[in-house]
Amino acid sequence: MFVLETKDLTYTYGAGTPFQKTAVDHVSFGIEKGEFLGIIGHTGSGKSTLIQTLNGLLRPTSGSVLLKGKDIWAEPKKIRSVRFQVGMVFQYPEHQLFEETVLKDICFGPGNMGLGTEESEARARQAAKFVGLDEDLLNQSPFELSGGQKRRAAIAGVIAMDPDVLILDEPTAGLDPQGRDRLLEQISQYHKVRGSTVVLVSHSMEDIARYADRVLVMNKGKAVMLDTTERVFARGRELEGMGLRVPQITSILLYLQEKGYPVHPVLTVDEAVEELRPLLKKGRVRHGS
Amino acid sequence: MDYLTCDQVKFSYETGENGESREVLHGVSLGIRKGEFVALLGHNGSGKSTLAKHFNAMLLPSSGKVYVDGLDTMDESLKIEIRRRVGLVLQNPDNQLIASVVEEDVAFGPENLGIAPPEIRRRVDDALKAVEMYDYRLNAPYKLSGGQKQRVAIAGIIAMQPDCIVLDEPTAMLDPRGRTEVLDTIHKLNREKGITIVLITHYMDEAVGADRVVVMDDGKILTQGTPREVFSQVQLLKDHQLDVPQATELVWRLRSEGYDLPDCVLDIGECVDALEPLLKSSSGDSYVCP
Repeated sequence: MFVLETKDLTYTYGAGTPFQKTAVDHVSFGIEKGEFLGIIGHTGSGKSTLIQTLNGLLRPTSGSVLLKGKDIWAEPKKIRSVRFQVGMVFQYPEHQLFEETVLKDICFGPGNMGLGTEESEARARQAAKFVGLDEDLLNQSPFELSGGQKRRAAIAGVIAMDPDVLILDEPTAGLDPQGRDRLLEQISQYHKVRGSTVVLVSHSMEDIARYADRVLVMNKGKAVMLDTTERVFARGRELEGMGLRVPQITSILLYLQEKGYPVHPVLTVDEAVEELRPLLKKGRVRHGS
Repeated sequence: MDYLTCDQVKFSYETGENGESREVLHGVSLGIRKGEFVALLGHNGSGKSTLAKHFNAMLLPSSGKVYVDGLDTMDESLKIEIRRRVGLVLQNPDNQLIASVVEEDVAFGPENLGIAPPEIRRRVDDALKAVEMYDYRLNAPYKLSGGQKQRVAIAGIIAMQPDCIVLDEPTAMLDPRGRTEVLDTIHKLNREKGITIVLITHYMDEAVGADRVVVMDDGKILTQGTPREVFSQVQLLKDHQLDVPQATELVWRLRSEGYDLPDCVLDIGECVDALEPLLKSSSGDSYVCP
């Protein structure tokens, strides 16, 4: 069974006004429990609207969102509990830090769920560990942290609610390559250790290629592809037509494939080295360099 | 003579109330020629943004000198002149647009310079055409895509007729299409209007198109040269946790296993051309560096 599923989901902004715009157009897809799903699509493709319907921040114009098989809007008064089960990390989440200490800030979500101080703090400390935030930072003001640390603290605040599904919207925007790799590595660890479901929305095809099991491609409000990451990126030329790219390494192998060489469009440099090695001529070793 | 000159620039941020400070630039010397396209790389905390803010007197050196077109940035009376010559574009387009109509936003700079209205009209139209946003001149900025907003922000600077534009990660928040739009615009301004460009970026493929790449690390210049010279130093860059383009890395990895590959590959096309002669089923000649 899918942990989260949409059926014929449609969301229209300004319905009934001259500015009416359908941002999500009859989208049906399911997220498997425990999977790492990537969502890609260019600006305006509807992916942000889509994820906001997934935890009940937006109510579908038509169609439904099912959490563990149950329509999240069946009882609108209980929509708050959906937001605890589907945790959302927005872009630039560090702008939302506000408490006196980092620990209190991370405790805010669990506290809202009605957990006691002790339980909240235990969860906060564990969440901080997942995102690689040092224990001794927890008693500092969030505003004394570096940009990368603030980002981690904000993500820890969502993880501390122990959601079934963690949705991250561009979590690495503005981080440098080193910070980006470290953060994604920690999210990947969290995914593996907790066995929870992770949805990553990103413009970075390299990041999606490295971490996602499957990829959902949004274009003009519609879900146009949903498949394993390898198979989605193998359709590189179609993606380019939608204003998307494939990782540079995949593009190189796609070119070689188009030229008739027997290679697969793999996703990482490591895989490309393995892919190419058996095809390269031996004995063509460069000397004196 | 260089258009932008940094001579032994040191800069310290004050960290505490009791006058403590931390030096983040440790004596950087750099010259940038008029019309040059320079990419500035380095991870967060390397000092690249701090250095770039010295180029239009947003920050002043703690010691050493910065000259813009021969003007000393320490001279308070020259600040307006310097800022007219060197414009700054930041990462988040939403923080840079202020007016409710695109063309009014672009007019903000020249209005501040006290330019006559007919001249402002001309400059705004020219600037919007240069970034290919003229058709959107009467739109509301908030309705534009990220790439379009960033191009409007660039138009606002062009309307001041600068000699140089410094862009601090202008594409960090954009999708692939937006990135391409902004990059194409910057290159066109450099090529057609001769505007000097300093582009700070984390994307190695954006740096590949520059005339020169300057890599910052720990408040100093780690290495610099043409993109080909810089990216051929894969080991050095990796030792400092910096990326190289995947095309460069693939060829470097195979080359270090002993395969007969060049050390000059920068992009997809070159990578394919370099690999092809080595593939068993092909009979092509070895790739020669451009």
